[in-house]
Amino acid sequence: MAQVSIQEDVLIGVPDEPRLIGGKCPDCGNHVFPMQKDCPKCTGNQIEEVELSTRGTLWTWTVQGFPPKAPPYIGETDPSSFESYGVGYVELPGEVKVEARLTESNPERLEVGMEMELTVVPLKTDEQGNEIVTFAFRPVENK
Amino acid sequence: MHDVAIVGIGMHEFGRHDGISGMDQGVVAVRRALADARCEWEDLEFAFGGSKDAGSPDTMVSRLGLTGLQFINVHNGCATGGSALISAYNAIRSGTFDIGIAVGFDKHERGAFRVRTRGDRMEWYGESGMALTTQFFGMKINRYMHDFGISQNTLAKVSAKAFRNGAINPMAWRRKPLSEEEVLESAMLSYPLTQYMFCSPGEGGVAIVLVRADKAKEYTDNPVFLKSCVVKSRRFGSFEVFSPHLANEFSVGPTVDASNAAFEMAGIGPEDIDIAQLQDTESGAEVMHMAENGFCEHGEQESMIQNGETEIDGKFPVNTDGGCLANGEPIGASGLRQVYENVLQLRGDAGERQVPNDPRTAYTHVYGAPGISGVTILSR
Repeated sequence: MAQVSIQEDVLIGVPDEPRLIGGKCPDCGNHVFPMQKDCPKCTGNQIEEVELSTRGTLWTWTVQGFPPKAPPYIGETDPSSFESYGVGYVELPGEVKVEARLTESNPERLEVGMEMELTVVPLKTDEQGNEIVTFAFRPVENK
Repeated sequence: MHDVAIVGIGMHEFGRHDGISGMDQGVVAVRRALADARCEWEDLEFAFGGSKDAGSPDTMVSRLGLTGLQFINVHNGCATGGSALISAYNAIRSGTFDIGIAVGFDKHERGAFRVRTRGDRMEWYGESGMALTTQFFGMKINRYMHDFGISQNTLAKVSAKAFRNGAINPMAWRRKPLSEEEVLESAMLSYPLTQYMFCSPGEGGVAIVLVRADKAKEYTDNPVFLKSCVVKSRRFGSFEVFSPHLANEFSVGPTVDASNAAFEMAGIGPEDIDIAQLQDTESGAEVMHMAENGFCEHGEQESMIQNGETEIDGKFPVNTDGGCLANGEPIGASGLRQVYENVLQLRGDAGERQVPNDPRTAYTHVYGAPGISGVTILSR
């Protein structure tokens, strides 16, 4: 089963080398995610696309404990099979804090400041049999 | 510039009202406010009306009277009610009009607000299971607890206070007291926040009649004066709801900016406020907003709440009507509910939940999507 990105111009490199597409303002150096031309910091409008870092630290987090409404959510919403998932902001050094799903959902194993790296998680299978994935961060294993 | 007085307040009970439209509730609130101000709809020169999900407020003229008054609809996220009020305030302050009304009402579907990220190619945000207000509140208080040592028990105490106050408020939705244990043991919706730490979208309506201050005595023996009324949007670097990214740089949020501006406008400081209604979308929000509005240092809330200082009979009563937690949040009406409660308290008409400190100044604060805050300061 092929994996496909939920949005090609936000998440590329699925499945093996996921990357998030953000932007960097040539005038003030500010980063944005997702890409937009307008800079909320310096009011310029020439932001250029960049690939964001794939590693950072967990800045804050929560655990989504109930099924989100569908639409807009396309993942599992049946309360009997829904599984809680983590959501957090991961601070990418020198860039931005990205809001993302987390592969970890146990509060005992989530901690502000922990090292995280980019991956993908499946949301649903479409009519063509492709698995639609979105981006997520997972704790970096200490080897 | 003219001073502005509130001479009439009206409210339709908050809660769930099957078979009663949001507009019906707005009309009831207007009629009650007019009766309170001892005036008629035809006396009003203008109206500002706010509703997110319950129709265009200006169409209520076909129910209240086609008098030709200026009626402007206001739609400004969670500050919709506050924005209707600031519009009315400025209309009188500028000298354009002498008397008018701010009205807000709403009726939302059950459950957490559904956010449709259509257009702007942002569908993926909601489709991925983000774009929930509940997640933002969980993440903001989680970081705050980490930084400033707030305990989960303090969050439960805030909820227990809200439901205790709601139980003695005949206009409140949730009128059953809940213990801290019941709050902590309810379903974990968005860690560290449980079900009873969150308010719910709901229904209700509130209307406020405002006049030029020098005419107030024609309408009431107990005028309350609007000393300041401010709405602020966010600045670069603040931490707001519905943000796919945050800047690494930090800036204070719109609450801090609105609070500072409101105190400057009123010429007083936080130490002069006797009672406050602060946005409590969830119990952590009340905690954080105490500091963001200048009423304590970050982290000081832990001991203040544990010591009961924010109870009705405490040193600094907060959310005396049960707040959003006990009243629910009909967006168009929510900010005006806070003003309604403060007017009752300043008049000494709050009944069983009247604060005993003979309040002279009162403060309201709303916060919400997409990073907006409204503050008022009232005095008698």
